[in-house]
Formats: sequence, C-alpha cells, structure tokens
Amino acid sequence: MIPAAFEYTKPSTVDEAVQALADGGEDAKVLAGGQSLIPMLRLRLAAPTLLVDLGGLGELRGVRDDGDALVIGAMTRYADLLRDPLVRDHAPLLAQATATVADRQVRHLGTIGGSLAEADPAGDLPSVAVALDVSFEVVGPDGWRTISAADFFVDFLTTALGDGEMLAALRVPKQDGWGTHYEKFNRVAQAWSIVGVAVAVRRENGTIAEARVGLTNMGNRPVRARAVEEALTGAPATVDAVSSAAARAAEGADPPADVWASAEYRSHLATVLTRRAVVAAGGIHAS
Amino acid sequence: MTRISITVDGVRYDDDVESRTLLVHHLRDRLGKVGTVVGCDTSNCGACTVLVAGDSATTRHAVKSCNVLAVQADGTEIITIEGLAGGDGSLHPVQQAFHDRHALQCGFCTPGMILAAVDLLAENPDPSDAEIREGIEGNLCRCTGYQNIVRAVRDAATALRGADVAEPASAVDGQMPGTPQAAPAVPSEPESVPVEAVPRPVP
Repeated sequence: MIPAAFEYTKPSTVDEAVQALADGGEDAKVLAGGQSLIPMLRLRLAAPTLLVDLGGLGELRGVRDDGDALVIGAMTRYADLLRDPLVRDHAPLLAQATATVADRQVRHLGTIGGSLAEADPAGDLPSVAVALDVSFEVVGPDGWRTISAADFFVDFLTTALGDGEMLAALRVPKQDGWGTHYEKFNRVAQAWSIVGVAVAVRRENGTIAEARVGLTNMGNRPVRARAVEEALTGAPATVDAVSSAAARAAEGADPPADVWASAEYRSHLATVLTRRAVVAAGGIHAS
Repeated sequence: MTRISITVDGVRYDDDVESRTLLVHHLRDRLGKVGTVVGCDTSNCGACTVLVAGDSATTRHAVKSCNVLAVQADGTEIITIEGLAGGDGSLHPVQQAFHDRHALQCGFCTPGMILAAVDLLAENPDPSDAEIREGIEGNLCRCTGYQNIVRAVRDAATALRGADVAEPASAVDGQMPGTPQAAPAVPSEPESVPVEAVPRPVP
C-alpha cells in the first residue's frame, strides 16, 4: 500500500532537526532507519503530517570510547554496530542481540536509536538497555538531558521523550569482566520475539557476584527480572542454582497474550530461556 | 515534491517525487526497472531487494526497496537485478549458479534472492550451509524449499573465490564479490542435504 501524504524534511544539523520537530507540532515524526515506521506508514497505522529524516546527521552516527562506557549515536545502524570493534569488545550483549534483529536487509538500515525510541516491548534492544542501565541522551527545545533506561520506557510504544524531543545518543556501560548472553525465541527472522532474555553476570570464583536480567515481550515495556537477579546474587555458579533462580523469571511480569502465545506460555518460556541465558553468560557447566 | 538524483544500474536519473513514494515504486513505475518486484508489500519477503551504495553506510548493502522512501535514496547508487550481469551480457556468477542449480521455479523471489546472496557473499566469501540459510533469511521462496537455492549460493561462492569474473556494468564503489579473490578455489563441501532429482513429469 501507499502511505498517506506527508511533508518531508532532511535537516543537516541537530539544531535544525529540533527546530523542524518544533515547527511540525504534535503530528511530526522522526524518521530514523524507517524499518518499523515505513511498514506502519504503508499500512496507514501511522499518518504523520511531517517526517523529519535524521539520515543526514552524521554527528548522530558512530561509536565512541568514553572511559567506562561507550557512547553510541542514535542513528548508528545495526550493521555498523555489528562491525564495530568497540561494541564487540565492550558491549557483547548488545552485539549479540543486534545480530538477531530481523534480517540482513533490515539490519543495513535499522538504527539503535530508532529501535529504542519505538519502544516496542517485543523489540530486542530495549531489554538489553534496561539490563545494562543504558543512559539515553535526548535533545529538544529546552536543550539536552539524560534519561535512565528505567525511566525511558513508559508504556507500550511510549517513552519519556517529551514534545519535540528526540533521542540523540546512548551511553552503554562497558561490560568488561562480565559474561553476557541474549536468548530469544521467535518463529521466523522477520517476526518479533515471542520472549527474549538479556543476561549479564559477573562471577567471582565459584559464585555469581552480580546478575542483570532484562526480559523482552514480558509486559507493556521491557522489564528487569529482579527476583532472578536477587536469587542469583551470591549463589553458587551451578546449573541447579541457576535453575531455581530462573524459575522466578516471570515474577512481577505481565506478559501479553496474542495469536503467537498465551501469557502462561510466555511465563514458562521466560523461565526456560532465562536458565539457558544465565548458564551461557556465566560459562556454567553441568557438574 | 522533492527533487532526487539516484544512479540506477549505472544510469543517473533526476526526478521530482512525492515524499511518500516508496523506492520500489519509483524504480518500477518511473524508471521502468520492473525486474525489481513487489512481493508481500509488508517488508517480509525480500523480493524487492536491491543493492545500495553511497548512503553514508560504509559499504554497498542490500535493502528491501519497499521499505525505503525514494527521498531517502537521494544521492545513492543502486544496483537492481537488471544491472547485475556483465557489460557483455554474461551472467553474474550468482545468476549463473541459480540457472545451473535450478534454484527457482516460479522465479518471483529470484531477483531479491540473488541480490541478497550477492550481498552475503561480499561479506562472507565462504559461508557454510547454515550461514547461507541465515544470510538469506530475509528472503522467502514459496516454491523450491530452498535446497537448490542453498546449493546455488554455495556454487557461486566457490566460483567467486576462484574465478576471474568481470565487474557488472553498473559496478560502483565497494567490493562486489565479482572481484577476483586471492583464495584458491576449493571443492564444494559434501552435500549435507539429499539431492533431489530434477523434477520429472508425473506419469
């Protein structure tokens, strides 16, 4: 289908983009890679009056080392993340989850910022962002501010971005010394995750010292599996201990029910995938 | 209307387009590049895949042209299935392999399947069968069951690693897998899937 008509502008600086969004009012929308937005335009599920294409903003593209974190421009494409040595070395969980997004054609155009600002709880990167406490650097008519991952995701397809604000960069803490794994269950490449689990664990000898677990598609926004994290902290790095902690993966979650899976099935999947992800992230072997 | 300039299969086109025009419709309806087909129109099937260079990504890459606005493609260079063959009309090795391996039946997915394979082989010149299957996961074929497509991509990889292949007429910056590679040709891996006979008429 052909999208409804809209105006289009392609600013060449962040200031111009912020101005264009302000001028466009509430029916203006940011176009990043377009890999979710354009299908919605075609199906006329979205009908903005103005698209502000951020594709010309080179300053929002690329990965930079900033001490204990990486700063990743919101317009950095999935394919460029996957090729980036800083991401590979310091943010392997992000790299692994990104590699599972859709297919190679989509990964060539889709962007990390577009995925996070879309805030689909079935998307793979939001759960990684909450697991790692990624910081969101946003810019708008009132200047720059930083939003934590815990505060950024508000509801289904809804973020803390205010009127006229746009996502500019992500600050991703380095996971040096941590083991990480993303485990995902879906039907085909193009399908959203039925459930996904993003895990980072830090071991001290035979014990799990710290654990972070983010869940994909287990609620109206990406959630932390706090009960699992608490059960893992200080637990022995054994399959039995991980299994009993992972059994609590769905505690506090409110998974959706749809044509692909019931809420009960999703809760079961979350426990299974969490066990697998923690075992893989922690390098834990059956004794 | 927005003025855009794109180079398609080696020819530059300047046109005024509506902002809502999809790249695939621009290619087909304005430029007559009907080799690029619209399959699912939902960005799932990959039949509309084309190769794009010069859009700020580092290398030429495959995209689904039903999932790109024509205005986004301003300033890029595009290769469609119509521009893949050599200037003398010789088939690109991936096209030849699809022909030799009977890797199509109705042929509707073939333009996108071939261009996705070209894209995969540019990144990974020697993929395993599993890597081939993952590499073409964005392209759906409802006829063949993929077996002969995987064989064709494997054959094309071998040919491209060993052969001195002419650049396509429309070659632009970036590595086409047609570029001669230093690696010597190696024999095909043993068949990991059963070989079906060429389809025969039902008695």
